This record gives sequence, structure tokens and C-alpha cells, in this order.
Amino acid sequence: MNSTEVDPLLTAPAAPSHAPAAEAHPDHRMFGFIVFLLSESVVFLSFFAGYIVYKTTTPNWLPVGVTGLDVREPAINTVVLVSSSFVIYIAERYLHDKNLWGFRIFWLLTMAMGIYFLYGQAVEWSGLPFGFTDGVFGGAFYLLTGFHGLHVMTGVLLQLIMLGRSFIPGNYDHSEYGTAATSLFWHFVDVIWIILFVLIYIWQ
Amino acid sequence: MVNLSVKESIAKSEPPSPGEHEDWRRFFSFSTDHKVIGIQYIVTSFFFFLVGGIFAMVIRGELMTPEADLVDRTVYNAMFTLHGTVMLFLWTFPVLVGLANYLVPIMIGAQDMAFPRLNAVAFWMVPVFGVVLMASFLVPGGPAQAGWWSYPPVSTQNPAGVLVSGQFLWLLAIALSGVSSIMGGVNFVTTILRMRAPGMTFFRMPIFVWTVLSAQMLQLFGLPALTAAVIMQMFDLTVGTSFFDPAKGGDPVLFQHLFWFYSHPAVYVIILPIFGIFSEIFPVYARKPLFGYKVVAISSLMIVGLSAFVWVHHMFASGTPGWMRMLFMFSTMLISVPTGIKVFAWVGTIWGGKLRLTSAMLFGLGGLIMFVFSGITGIMLAAVPVDIHVNNTYFVVGHFHYVIYGATVMGIYAAIYHWFPKMTGRMYNEGLGKLHFALTFIGANLNFFPMHPLGLAGMPRRVAEYAPEFAFWNVVASIGAFLLGMSTLPFLVNMIGSWIQGEKAPKNPWRAIGVEWLLSSPPVHHDNFKELPVFLAEPYGYGKSEPLVANPDTLEVTRELN
Ligand code: HEM
Ligand SMILES: [Cu+2]
Repeated sequence: MNSTEVDPLLTAPAAPSHAPAAEAHPDHRMFGFIVFLLSESVVFLSFFAGYIVYKTTTPNWLPVGVTGLDVREPAINTVVLVSSSFVIYIAERYLHDKNLWGFRIFWLLTMAMGIYFLYGQAVEWSGLPFGFTDGVFGGAFYLLTGFHGLHVMTGVLLQLIMLGRSFIPGNYDHSEYGTAATSLFWHFVDVIWIILFVLIYIWQ
Repeated sequence: MVNLSVKESIAKSEPPSPGEHEDWRRFFSFSTDHKVIGIQYIVTSFFFFLVGGIFAMVIRGELMTPEADLVDRTVYNAMFTLHGTVMLFLWTFPVLVGLANYLVPIMIGAQDMAFPRLNAVAFWMVPVFGVVLMASFLVPGGPAQAGWWSYPPVSTQNPAGVLVSGQFLWLLAIALSGVSSIMGGVNFVTTILRMRAPGMTFFRMPIFVWTVLSAQMLQLFGLPALTAAVIMQMFDLTVGTSFFDPAKGGDPVLFQHLFWFYSHPAVYVIILPIFGIFSEIFPVYARKPLFGYKVVAISSLMIVGLSAFVWVHHMFASGTPGWMRMLFMFSTMLISVPTGIKVFAWVGTIWGGKLRLTSAMLFGLGGLIMFVFSGITGIMLAAVPVDIHVNNTYFVVGHFHYVIYGATVMGIYAAIYHWFPKMTGRMYNEGLGKLHFALTFIGANLNFFPMHPLGLAGMPRRVAEYAPEFAFWNVVASIGAFLLGMSTLPFLVNMIGSWIQGEKAPKNPWRAIGVEWLLSSPPVHHDNFKELPVFLAEPYGYGKSEPLVANPDTLEVTRELN
């Protein structure tokens, strides 16, 4: 913070005497991102609270003809998503040790697992006997899984960007903010899913 | 990003535009300077204040007579809905964010906000959702009519049967406003927690910074709940889900809970920065340190904590079970304790001071008086038996207008007058300022006091037509409203005229203590400081002879040197 003592306006344009730039502008992005995630989690909390209220007070919870949700496929999906949180961690370790190919392979594996999760969810959705507008249950089910799925999709897109950036020479030499934030986001999406899975599939 | 910041500083090292003939065009550009963005926020939101004010004139015009004779009832509904929405989401929130944007980085000794570009994006979303909301006049069926609460099932009726209805645009605008405010919240919290200058410990932060921090924390945990409710209502309205539709098993009261879980804290998002403004202004014009600085600082955080647990006081009459009523009655009374502490601190500050009654101080004092009155009616409303009697009457409308016009708008005016010389480099005209104050103070009391007897006598809110025995107080209120409408004229004349040709302002026209007053008026560069200030003392050191910062003379490349 102190290296701003030299006013760039006074120095000649050719010599912006910025010592290490990272020091002149300390990186607050991770901090800001965590604040954002805390806030974002309240959207999910609100949906969860709504779900609990609906589940405990709605007289005819399940739409006619629906007996419950199949747990097996979603459970496999859960295992895949949760494990991907460990895989992304390994990728990060490789990046930290400057092993770019190790990073890329495990990073790609994480993406594959994320995509598998989305695929599994799409398959589940297409086989369900009820839709978004079938009572509060249908609404809440698709709202929660859909909103979460949107986050998984965002996560995969972020991962794609970070993967692409690893091919820019020297991109991760100074700051691993991009991958660290993406990974944190991924863990966040993961934790949300665990709560969601318990609420929707286990507590039937 | 790191690379970019280097580029930014290189760009900045082009020859500076001389502070004197400041390029007014930068106010219309995608500037990332928090000082420019602050003024952009203030001016834009003042425009919407006038728009919301016109809606209010229509409402009060209709209420001049007991019959519904001025506008169509659907228009009346749209007027009170948009009045409330515009005043909150397009005037009060953004103008306060604008003041905070301008002041907070300077006050904590930072060069800018933590994320300058995010800051600019957040600002530019304000005109965007403003236009979205105004566009609802053009869609079939006209603007939303369900009030600023937007309670289902009224809000989900969609009589025009179109997809893009007024209610649709209302929900969209609120969602966009939410995104913009979250961006702002992340930015402010990061800036205040991470970018304070050397020596700027928490207990050396001016109270305004404390209150902005508190208010933005409230935004961050409250707004997402409103966003969730808006998303669900949007689905109910457009694709026919049944979240809030009781006919299909939904729960309309859940909407109320989510709405008030945000919208109660929202009233503190509004009032906390006003508490900050009072705390900045009274010491300057009473020439005494703020009484009980640390307690005032901490009480802001207490309000943040407590305000997550009071929202049901807006729902005492929504079929709320008895235990819940008792609980929330108690918590609401509790939250007035930290609020009361602050009032004592301000009175203690003013007491025995050498008062200088400038326009800023007059607005501050007037705002304080009206705030105390609204606090008393607030406590009355917090008592369930009283509230059951007067909820949904004009008593509630009276209560919150004393807070939101009396305390908040007057506090904002106080801030604008106080920092006008710093922001523009010009002095404003005191005579016009005092005229503005007199019109505002008299107008506000004439307008909003009659709402209390009306409410106690049972006049419901949100009606275009009323029983003839309510006519007297309604006429008084309408006269007050028109006076308030007029009060903006001397203000506008003063601000525009003074900005163009007012007397040049020195660095510190009020002999105030505060780091912003050590910079030239206005501060010349994008980076606020040449050398970061090193803070040595608590703020408000009036009557003590301790220096605020160690390096007052090297903070800035002054205009003369350039
Ligand atoms: C001493 C502190 C306060 C207490 C005890 C209090 C209490 C209450 C209560 C119980 C209500 C609900 C009345 C009803 O709907 O039946 C209410 C309404 C309201 N209050 Fe306050 N209040 C306080 C301060 C404030 C402040 C500081 C603000 C804003 C800056 C504010 C703004 C509002 C608004 C906007 C409403 C009505 C919202 C609506 O129904 O449209 N209040 N207050
Ligand atoms: Cu409230």
C-alpha cells in the first residue's frame, strides 16, 4: 500500500515507478469473492427455508400419481460431485507446484465430473412424471435443482476459462486468484448440493 | 488483473486535466473514479426523486377531495406503487450509495474503492433498471399496482393477460436493483475492511464509515432473500407455478416473510448512513467531539445483528401466531435501545456547543427532531395491541414518512450542503439553503403529521376515496405536500447556480476535522492521495489540539503546484 507514495501524475509517463504491481494494488479479489459467496448463500438459504415450510405445511405435498423420488441415480450423482471437490483440490496443488500438465489433467477431470453431474440431472428430469407447475412440490423441486444446476454450469464455464488461461504463458505465475476462486465456488456448489440432497431426496 | 492495474496507472500518468476547467463530460462517461461515480449516483437519483415526487403530487391531488375524481383508480394504484418503489430503490438507496461512494474511500485514506470497475458497473445499472421500471407505463395494463410490498395474490393477478406486464417489469427492475446493490455491498465491505490507511484502526473510523459498513452488511445478507422471493413470484406470474398461490396449495404468507426479512433491514440500510451523517455534522457545527464515539460505533453493529430478528412486526396482522407476535414485539422494542443511545449521543454533542446554524446544521437538527417523533410512533407500532388497531392505516404511513422524509431526506440534504463545497469546489448560497430548509421542515410536518390522527381514526392506506369526515386532515396534508414539491425549487436553483458560478470554496470552509478537508476542493486527481495519510487520532478532535494525521501537508499535489 505504501508504494503509492510516488504520484504517477508527477512522474514522467515513461517511468511509472511502480515496484511490484501486486504490492501497489494489493489483491482484494479473493476477499471480495468470499463476501459475495456468503451473500449468495442467502438466496439458497431462503429457498431451503421455503422448501421446509412447504414440506411441513402443504396438505397434498406430492402431486397425484407421484409416490416419491428415486434416490439411486441422484446418489451416484452426489458421489461424483462430492468427489470432484477433491479432484479440483489435487489440480490446485499441481498448479501450486508449477506442474501445469498435472493441473490441466485433474482440472479437466473435475470438469468432466461436473458435466456428468449435469447430464445425470438432465436424464433424471426428463424421466420425472411431474413438471414445474405441478403443485408446490413440482415448483420447489425444479426451482431448487434448477437453480443449483445453473451454478454447476457456471462453475464448469469458469473452469473452462481457467483451463484456457493455463495456456497463456506465465498466466498463473503471479496470482492463482482465478483458479482459487473457481475452486472455492466449486466447493460452495458442492456443499449446497449436499444440503439440497438431504432436503429433497433423503427427507421424503 | 494485476497487469491491468499497471495499465491503469500508466493511463493515469498522462498530463492531468487541470482541476479548474474540469471536464464535465467525465460525468457522462464510464468513469472508474469513485468521486465521479459518487456524483453520478447522487445526480441520477435526484432525478428519480423528482419523478417519484411527481407521482406523490398526483396521489395528494387525488386525496384533496373524498371522492375518487382526479385519476382513474388503476392509475392511482400505479401511482402509489411506483411512488414507493422509485423513492426507495431509485432515490434513497442510490443517493446514499453515492454519498458513501464519494466519502468512504477518502475518509479511510484509500485511493479508490477496492473494485473500481465493478463500482462503475453497479452505478450504470441504476439508470438501466430505472428505465425498465418507467417502461411499464408503455405495456398493456400499465405499471404494477400491487404496492411496493407486491404481496400475492394481488400482485400475481395479471389482468391484462400479457407476458411482459407492469408487474413483470417491476419484478425485473427489483431483481436488477438487487444485483447492483450486491455489487456495491461487496465493494464497500471489502474497501472498508481491507483498504484502510496506516493508523486507521476501526476505532478511528468516522461514524459515517461505521454506518456504511453496517448498512452494506445488511444489504448483503438481506437482499438475497428478496431476490429469492422475486424469482419465485416471477415464476408464479409467468409460467404458472404455485409458490404463493393458495388455490393451488401455495403459501402467500411465505412471500411476506421473505419480503420483510429483507425490507425491514432495508429501513436500516436507509437510516444507518443517516445516523452517520448526523454524527459527522453535529460535531462540526457544535464544535464538540461526538459524545460517546465508541458506543455510537458499536451500536451500529448491534442494529445490524438485531435487525435480522424483527421483520415479523410488519406481519402482526397476517395470521401470525401469538408466540411469534410476542417474540417480535420484544425484539422490536430491543432494537430501539441502540437507536436511542445514538439519539442521546447527538443531544449530548449538541448540548452546550457553540452552534452555527448553517443550512447543513439546520437540516441535521430538523432531521433529528423528526426522527425522534418517528421513533415514538415506531415504538407504538411495535406494541401488538396498538398495531392490530392501526396497521394498514395512515398511522403507519405517517410513521415511516417521518423517518424517510423527515430524518432521511433531511439528512441527505444536510450531507449535500455540508459536502457540496468539497465535491464541487464552490460555496452554496446560505439564503436559498435556509429558505429550502424552512419550506421542507414546514411542508414535511404539514404533510405527514395529519396522517397520524387520520390513521388513529381509521383511514386505511392505499385508497383513492375516503369518508368525508377525513377531509380536513387530508387537505392539510395535501397542502403540505405541494409545499414540499415547491421546496425542491430553491434547492435546484441553489445547487445548479452555485456549481456554475458560486464563490470558490477553500479546502476547509467549515473548519471541520476530517481527512477529506485536508484535500483541495474538489480533490484534483483520480487517486485521492499523493501520499497515504497516516492517522494518529480518533475523529472529531474538536477542542483538543491533537493532529488527525501525521502528514497533512504531503497528502496532495495541490493545484497551485501543478
Ligand atoms: C424506533 C425504531 C422503529 C420502530 C420500533 C419501528 C416500528 C415499526 C413497525 C412495528 C412497523 C409496522 C407497522 C405496520 O405495518 O402495521 C413499522 C413500519 C414501517 N417502518 Fe418503522 N420502526 C422504527 C424505525 C423505522 C426506521 C428507522 C425506518 C426507516 C428508515 C422505518 C420505516 C418503516 C417503514 C417504511 C414502514 C412501513 C412499511 C410499509 O408498511 O409499507 N421505521 N415500523
Ligand atoms: Cu420494520
